[in-house]
Amino acid sequence: MTAETSITFPWLSLLLWLPLLGTLLCLLWRKSAAACRYLALGTTLLVLLVSVGLAVSLETGAGGWLLFEDYRWIDAYGIRYTLGMDGISLLLILLTAFLQVIAVLISWDMRKHPALFFALVLVLETGIIGVFLALDLVLFYLFWELMLIPMFFLIGVWGHERRVYAAVKFFLFTLSGSLLLLLAIISLYLLHGEQTGVYTFALAALKQTELNFTQEMIFYLCFMAAFVVKVPLFPFHTWLPDAHTEAPAAGSVDLAGLLLKTGVYGMIRFAFPLFPLAAEKSLPVLAALALIGLFYAAWIAYLQFDIKRIVAYSSVSHLGFVILGLAAWNQTAWEGSVLLMISHGVTTGALFVMIAMIRQRTATREVDKLGGLWQSQPNLSAFFLLFCFASLGLPGLANFAGEILILIGVFSSQPLWGAIAVGGILFAAAYMLRLLQEVIWGPCCEPFDKSDLCRREWLILIPLALLVIWLGCYPQPALDVMRAPIQLLLQGGMP
Amino acid sequence: MDANLVQEAIQNVNLQAIMPSLVLCGFGMVLLLVSVFSERGKTTHIAWLSIIALIITGFISLNAWNNPQAGFADSVLLDNFATFFSIICILAAGLTILMSDAYLKREGYPIGEYYPLILFTTAGAMWMASGTDLMTIFLGLEVLSVSLYVLAGFFRGQTKSNEAGLKYFFLGAFSTGFLLYGVALLYGVTGTTKLAGIAAYVRSNPDIVNLNDPNMMFIAGGLLLLTGFLFKIAAAPFHMWTPDVYQGAPTPITAFMSAGPKAAAFAALMRITIVGLEGMHADLTALLWVLAVLTMTVGNFIALSQKDLKRMLAYSSISHAGYALVGLVAWNEVGFSGILFYMLVYTFMNMGAFAVLVLVGKQGEENLTLEGLTGMGFKKPFLGIALCIFLFSLMGLPPTAGFTGKFYIFAAAIKSGYVWLAVLGVLNSAVSLYYYLRVMVFMYFKDPQEDFSWVSINAPAAISIIISLAGVLLLGILPGPVMEMAKLAGF
Repeated sequence: MTAETSITFPWLSLLLWLPLLGTLLCLLWRKSAAACRYLALGTTLLVLLVSVGLAVSLETGAGGWLLFEDYRWIDAYGIRYTLGMDGISLLLILLTAFLQVIAVLISWDMRKHPALFFALVLVLETGIIGVFLALDLVLFYLFWELMLIPMFFLIGVWGHERRVYAAVKFFLFTLSGSLLLLLAIISLYLLHGEQTGVYTFALAALKQTELNFTQEMIFYLCFMAAFVVKVPLFPFHTWLPDAHTEAPAAGSVDLAGLLLKTGVYGMIRFAFPLFPLAAEKSLPVLAALALIGLFYAAWIAYLQFDIKRIVAYSSVSHLGFVILGLAAWNQTAWEGSVLLMISHGVTTGALFVMIAMIRQRTATREVDKLGGLWQSQPNLSAFFLLFCFASLGLPGLANFAGEILILIGVFSSQPLWGAIAVGGILFAAAYMLRLLQEVIWGPCCEPFDKSDLCRREWLILIPLALLVIWLGCYPQPALDVMRAPIQLLLQGGMP
Repeated sequence: MDANLVQEAIQNVNLQAIMPSLVLCGFGMVLLLVSVFSERGKTTHIAWLSIIALIITGFISLNAWNNPQAGFADSVLLDNFATFFSIICILAAGLTILMSDAYLKREGYPIGEYYPLILFTTAGAMWMASGTDLMTIFLGLEVLSVSLYVLAGFFRGQTKSNEAGLKYFFLGAFSTGFLLYGVALLYGVTGTTKLAGIAAYVRSNPDIVNLNDPNMMFIAGGLLLLTGFLFKIAAAPFHMWTPDVYQGAPTPITAFMSAGPKAAAFAALMRITIVGLEGMHADLTALLWVLAVLTMTVGNFIALSQKDLKRMLAYSSISHAGYALVGLVAWNEVGFSGILFYMLVYTFMNMGAFAVLVLVGKQGEENLTLEGLTGMGFKKPFLGIALCIFLFSLMGLPPTAGFTGKFYIFAAAIKSGYVWLAVLGVLNSAVSLYYYLRVMVFMYFKDPQEDFSWVSINAPAAISIIISLAGVLLLGILPGPVMEMAKLAGF
C-alpha cells in the first residue's frame, strides 16, 4: 500500500477536486446561466472521463489499492490526507460520475438561481467522491458532512411544496447520527494512541487497536448510527420519503442514487473491518431490520398516491435487500449487494428522472390524476416501462442480477432469511405494476403538454437504458472488479 | 500589598512586561484628545488611527512571544499565554472598529470617544491576561468593565441601549463585589494576593482544601472569586444579564463583548484556577463539570425559541462558553491549549456573523429578526454565503474552524476520561443545529419580501468579514501552525 502501488500523478486528487474547481468557476460566472450550465456539464463530463479512463487503464482485477495517495496534513494530531481506491470505490465513483452528468442534464432548464444550483451540485460531487476515497477517519468525516450542506440547500431552495420541512428534517436526522460517529472516531484515536504511542487516524492502523468486546460494541454502534440513518435502515428511514419527495429532480437522483450508497459503503469500508466481532454479533439484528424494512417499505409504497413517494419507499425496500446481503456475510451475497447498489442507483435515478419528465408534462405527481400516458407519449412510456421492470427485478434487467446473487448467497448461509426475502420481490412487483398501471395505462388523463421526448431527454434516457440492460445481461465486468476487494474485506484484511 | 511589597514592586519595574497595554492606553488618551479637537460627526480618521494603534500593539505583543517578561514584583507576567490572549483581544477590537464606523453614522451617533473606549477595554483585557496577582487582574477587569459599561449604553437616546448599559453596570458591579470579597478572604487565609503565593500556601498546608475538614474561609474565597469570572464569561447560572445586554448594546459592541472581553475573562479564569487554585482542582473540576453542562444546555435550549437574532447569538455565545469550559474540566494540556484555540476560532466566527448583522440591520436595527432576513441570501449573495459559513462554523461542521475547535476540546475531555461530558457536548451541538439552520431557512428558503437595496456594503466592514472568513476557513483546513502556537501558549 505504499510506494509501489502509488503512481506519480495524483489522479485521485484530480477526481476529487475537479468538481470543486467547477463550483468556483460557476460562482465566478454566476451572471450567465448558460455559462454555468455548460461549466457544470463540462466538469461532470470531465470527471466521468477521468474515472472511465482510470477504470479502463488500471489493472482492476487485482485486490489492493488500485490508486493510493498519502500526504501530511495536520501533524499535531496525526491527521493525514490519505486517499485510496479499490474496486468497490471505483465502481461507486463511476456511478457517481455518471449520475452527476444525468443530474446536470435533467436540470438544464433550471431558472431559479442556476449558478448556485450547479455550484451546489458540483460541491455535492466532491463530497460524495471524497467519502468513497478517504481512508483517514477525519478526512472521511469531513467529506461525510460536506455532502449534507449542498443537499440541504438543494432540497430547501429548489424543492417542492414542503421543502423547508423536508430539508431541515434531512439535515437534523443525518447530522445527529454522524455526531456519534465523530465521538467514536476521537475515542478510538485516543485509545489507539495510548496503546501504541502512535496517534493516527489512519484506517489501516486503527484496525490494529485492541478492544475488549464492550468497547468494540459501543464504537460499532456509534459508527453504525451514522451509517444506518444514511442507508436508511428501518426504523431510521423516516427522513427519506420526505427528502426524496420534496427534492428537485437532480436532488432526488443524487439522494437515491448516491447518498444512500455512502451509508452502505461506510459499513463495508469502516464499521465492519474496524469492529469485526461486534459486526458479527450484530448480523442477525441487521438482517431482521433489513427484512422488516424490505416488506414494510414495499407495503407502504403500495399505498402511496404520489408517484415520487412510491419510488422513494421502493428505495428503502431495495436498500433493505442490500443490507440483507451484507448480513449473509459471504462472497456471493456481498457481490450481489454491491451490484444491487450500482443497479439501484441507475434504475432509481432513471425513475426519478422520468417522474420529473412526467411532471413537466402533466403538472402533477398524483396517481389519481395520471393515466393513459401511452396514448400521447409512447416513447416516454416505453422508457418508463423499462425502468419500472428493471426496478421490480425482471430478469435480464439491472436489479435482477444483484437480487439473485443476494438470494443465492443468503440461501447458502441462512435459508430462512432467503425464503422470507423472496417474498420481497413479489411485493416489489405489486407496487411497481400498480404504478405502471395507473400512470401508463388506465383511463386517459389529458396532459397539457402532449409532446413526446425531446432531444435532450433522449440523450438522458438512452445511456440510462443501455446501462440498465448491460448490468442486467452482462454484469461480469463489474463483478470482476469487485471480487478481489470483497474477498479481502470478508477475510478481515485490508487492501 | 504591604509596604515592603510595594517597595519591591517599585524596584522591580520592567516596562517590557506591560508595554503592549501601556502603548494602547497611550494611544487611547491621544485619540481622546484628537476626538475633542475634531469636527463634530467626523470620526473616520479616529477609527483608522485606532486600527494603527492596534496593529502597533499587536507587533509589540508578538515581540514577547517565547520571550516572557515578568515585572513589578511578579505581579505581571507577559508570557506566551498572555500574548496569545492579547492577540485575540486585539483582533476582536480591530474587527469591531472596522465594522463600526459606517454603523455609527447610520445610527446617528458618530462620536469619537467610542474608539478610545474600545482601546481602553482592550488594554484592560490584556492586563487581565497577563496578571499573576489578583490585584493586577482586578485592575484589568475594572478598566475593561468600566469602558464596556459606557460602550453598552453608548446610544444614549435609545431606551434599550440605556437598559443594556445600566443592567450591565449594576450586575457587573454586584459580581465585582463577589470577586473582591473572594480576594479578601483568600488574602486573609494565605496572606498574599499572588497566584503563585496562594498555590505555595496550599501546597504547604494541604489540609485547608481537604473537603472533610476544610478551611471554610479559603473555600468560600475561591468560590466567590470564581463567581466573579463566571459572571464575566456568562456561564450559567450567572448568565442572566447576557441576553438583555447583548440585545440592547450597539451591535458591534455586542460582537466585541462576546469575543474580546470574554476571552480575557477566560484567560484570568484559567490562570487563577490552573495556577492559583491548583490545590483545589479535583473538587473544582467536579464543579466545573456541572457548570459546563448547565451552560451549554441552558444556552442552546433557550436559543431555540429566540426570534431576535442578537438575542439568539447571545444565548449561542453562552453555550459556546460552555464548550470552552469543557477544556478546563479536562484539565490537561490538550484542553488548555484547546481553550486558547477555541477562543480564537470563536472570535473569528462570531465577529464575522455579527459583522453581517451590522450591515443588514436597518437603521434602528428593526431588521435583526429572523423574518427580517427573509430572502436576503439571494439579494446579497456575498453576505449570505459569508453568514452561512459563519453559522456552519458555529454549528461545528467541517471544514470550518468551529469543527477543529470543538474537536480539540472534546478530544481533551475524552482523553481525561470525561466521555459523558463529551457526549453531552456533542448532543448539545445537535440541538444547536436547529436554531442556526433556521437562519439559513429564512435567508434562502423563503421568498423575499424586501428588496434589501438599502443594505450597502462599506469597505471596512467588508474587510472585517473577509478577515473573519479567512480565519474561519484557514483554521478549519490548516489548523496546524496555530494549534502549535496554542500548545506553546498553554500551561
